Amino acid sequence: MLAWTIYLSFAGALAEALLPKRRNTLARWLALAVAVAGLALAVAGFVAGMGNNPGGRQVIVDLPWVPSMGIRFLLAADGISRALVLLTGLAAVAGVLFSWNIELRTNEFFAFFLALIGGVYGVFLSFDLFLLFVFYEVAIVPKYFLIAIWGSTRREYAAMKLALFSFAGSAMVLIGLLAAYATAGSHSTGLIELAHAGLPASFQMWCFPLVFTGFAILAGMWPFHTWAPTGHVAAPTAASMLLAGVVMKLGAYGCLRVAIALFPRGLDSWGMSFAGIGSWRDVFAVLAVVGIVYGALVALVQTDFKFVIGYSSVSHMGFVLLGLMTLNQIGMTGAVLQMFSHGILAGLLFAIVGRIVYERTHTRQFAELETMHLSKRLPFAAWAFVIAGMASMGLPGFSGFVAELQVLVGAWKVNPWWVAAAGVGIVVGVAYTWRAMQKAFFSDALPAAHALEQEHTHPFAAITWPEVTGVALLAGVSLAVGLYPRILLDQIEPAVKALLAGGGQ
Amino acid sequence: MNYADLFRVTLPETALEVAALLVLVVDLGFLRKAALKARAAVAALLGVAGCGAACLALLFTWGYYLRIDGIYVFIQYGPNGAAQAGILALTALTLLLFIDSLFTEHVGEYVAVVLMAAAGGLIVTTAQDLIIIFVGLELLSLGLYILTAFAKSSGKSAEAALKYYLFGGMSAAFLLFGFSYLYGLTGSTNLLEIVSALAHSGPSPLLYVAWILVVAGLGFKVAAVPFHLWAPDTYEGAPAPAAAFIASVSKVASFALLLTFAGNWMGHYGVVEGEPGVEFFSPTHYFQLWPQLATILLVVAAASMVVGNLAALVQVSVRRLLAYSAIAHAGYILLGVASHSSLSGQGNAFEILWRSPRPMVYITNAVLYYVLTYGLTTIGAFGVVSVVERATGSDRLDSFLGLHKRNPVLAAVLLVLFLSLAGIPPLVGFWAKFNLFAAVLGVSAGPVPFALVALAVALSAVSLYYYLQVLKRAYVMPAIDETPIKAHPVTLAVLVVIAAAVVLLGCFPALLQGWIESFYPAM
Repeated sequence: MLAWTIYLSFAGALAEALLPKRRNTLARWLALAVAVAGLALAVAGFVAGMGNNPGGRQVIVDLPWVPSMGIRFLLAADGISRALVLLTGLAAVAGVLFSWNIELRTNEFFAFFLALIGGVYGVFLSFDLFLLFVFYEVAIVPKYFLIAIWGSTRREYAAMKLALFSFAGSAMVLIGLLAAYATAGSHSTGLIELAHAGLPASFQMWCFPLVFTGFAILAGMWPFHTWAPTGHVAAPTAASMLLAGVVMKLGAYGCLRVAIALFPRGLDSWGMSFAGIGSWRDVFAVLAVVGIVYGALVALVQTDFKFVIGYSSVSHMGFVLLGLMTLNQIGMTGAVLQMFSHGILAGLLFAIVGRIVYERTHTRQFAELETMHLSKRLPFAAWAFVIAGMASMGLPGFSGFVAELQVLVGAWKVNPWWVAAAGVGIVVGVAYTWRAMQKAFFSDALPAAHALEQEHTHPFAAITWPEVTGVALLAGVSLAVGLYPRILLDQIEPAVKALLAGGGQ
Repeated sequence: MNYADLFRVTLPETALEVAALLVLVVDLGFLRKAALKARAAVAALLGVAGCGAACLALLFTWGYYLRIDGIYVFIQYGPNGAAQAGILALTALTLLLFIDSLFTEHVGEYVAVVLMAAAGGLIVTTAQDLIIIFVGLELLSLGLYILTAFAKSSGKSAEAALKYYLFGGMSAAFLLFGFSYLYGLTGSTNLLEIVSALAHSGPSPLLYVAWILVVAGLGFKVAAVPFHLWAPDTYEGAPAPAAAFIASVSKVASFALLLTFAGNWMGHYGVVEGEPGVEFFSPTHYFQLWPQLATILLVVAAASMVVGNLAALVQVSVRRLLAYSAIAHAGYILLGVASHSSLSGQGNAFEILWRSPRPMVYITNAVLYYVLTYGLTTIGAFGVVSVVERATGSDRLDSFLGLHKRNPVLAAVLLVLFLSLAGIPPLVGFWAKFNLFAAVLGVSAGPVPFALVALAVALSAVSLYYYLQVLKRAYVMPAIDETPIKAHPVTLAVLVVIAAAVVLLGCFPALLQGWIESFYPAM
């Protein structure tokens, strides 16, 4: 049943592409219908997974695809997949709601949007490595067009950079995939089969960093993160929400499901250690921590509101990667929860900055926003950002707190220094969020005289119902998970346990 | 020798030659007063009918072989059969694209030359004797030179044809010289006898010289570096249907020939206990020959991949971009051919092969799959380029601006075909690359094949940039001129069919794979 999320999204994309031009209202409602249907299926699938084997792996579709090479069309879901599919459903609906005002080539926009969503659903549900890779690459082209056509600052450069970085990352994954397939005897590309194929430890030792880095590029790991801020800023609101919210999680999911599950021996100690780094696990954990702190520090000095959110995404993804590298139950559970939480919160933050503020003020520069008294003229945006900002900082009561707490506890078990550095990142995170909040909304700087008049003669457009619905949906989910994380954790924890035990049974 | 047998085994070629003569007769005899469009349509459809008749003939001759004095001269199954069917299908498609052409009044002659060149291609794929191979190759090449020059009012066409001809003549000379050395070494012009003689005598410096000369000659045909210099000018100057023919059919024929050379080093399709099958040679001397010879092919492959992809990054003319991308794709395919007979060097190689001939068949299938689907995609690409060229007057990148508004169907076809060339799933180009690289890694071991596969994958990522440049013009950048572009209905239908095939074959790769495998006798 969960497979219908994929089929519906692609069918919706095709239908949108074939819609006659200038039937914008029809295009929007069709896209919303498809997104809501996907969300409904995702919720149903999630609830179904709560049964007597919570978080256990259930096969959805298993058909032979290319029998001579052992490639199967294998869709399955365990607790991690279901949580991330739920995230995708929420992000899709919110994305459509926040794109309600797009007038240029509306049907093509939603066609690319739904194709991207379909690809993302596919990655989260694939349990065959080849199929996973196919869906992973399918997601690249819609991203390019979404940014290049409907984006803003330097969009063609940003779109090409994003496409090339993503493709380079997936090229690295493809090399690893081909090598693993050949070394395992070319019998099958199923994730479970490859995990049990007994790949030699020496092979895993070089294949793991290759595949992990390939996926981590898309996850925004430092120093391969440079596509992310440029790309997020240039993208239209819905695309930024999806990119930061869901697509970066594709990379992290690949790191978990493919790199860690298939090549666990690659994380073993090298036998010698250099400046405290004695295994690939240490390398990537350090890079993750650097990403957390670097992303936060750079966000602190930005003059463009959207860049702050872009760099904060890099910083929060660092938590995900740190959690993955803890290799213990609590840390990895925290990583998956952080994927969900950040997906929701990044979507919310980009929606506020992009759709609610930028589309009305036509500027993202703090110097200009300071003079606009937005807390009085756009009170909805102000308190929405306060909520989103607090959640993103890690305020208890929202989902971010639970996730980051678990990651830090898991990291403490391995190396307390990582936690100390990540703690610095959290404190800087508070700083950049408050700075952005203060400068954008709560500043009393006086504007130029003519602009002061504008305040009264040209009020901003009213907040529309899709915006209110979108904010309520995302903030509500973050609050719900923050207050009662068991909803998700009951399914994520067993799945992580099974994965750590060896490939998943 | 029994002429009836010879006739039977060359039935497809004969059908094409008869069709060529028929086209000439009909055009010169009956249609002198008709309009150009009608003449072109009749000639092209007769040509397509001829290809269809040749396909039928292929069904009759499948599994046939011709022995003269106990030596195999023509063999019609395995990869040869699949390549022949592919050549005929691709020729028919280029003829359909020709219907709407304005570049010549000599339509009958054009179609006749196309058919005769295709016949040459068919001979090349099945022949097992050096002289017959050369004859077929020359028949194919001379036809292509003429086709390149067909747009008499275009200076570029004449320049391209002259360059192609001079380069090609030189390469043919090298090829013949190499063949003469092979004859000198072994006393025979038959591939199988050559190989068994060499297996006994072992490698010698003269063999390497001969092999280098042969690779020079054949490398020219497939546009491999450093024999590629003719390709950009020819792709740019030749009239579009001719360029499509050169880019697809001659590649298929040349790679099938390379596979024949490679395949014969391992074993040959023959008759084993009265059934067509594969006979393998006894191992020892013989496996020594291949690794050094494969190195030459690997070097050429790597150079082609690098030069082709890097040069395409800076092109402003879409035809030249397609030419450099053809060089790059030739590099990937040569990587497959070079790995054809690599063995892991562990254990008794003879045993491995005897128990499972899968490695040889595996690579051959993957190479054929790649070449056939690449040929299909290229014909589509040239079809789109020719329509846009006709409407805007040039094939520069800027001619494609706003194509999604001017002709949405054409833009969608362009999107599908170029993404397939870049290797994006779920299109057939991705599967062809994956299949080929998986086959290469499956049969070879060691760092060199792996490094080359990694290089190929990395360069595929690079290639996305230049394919996206064209798509960016078509979909993203604002149009300068928004007048709709009209395409002839037959051309549009062919392009849509090709795009649909690319998507379908990509989503269900087992279809084409199964078809190629059906040409092999059960093993």
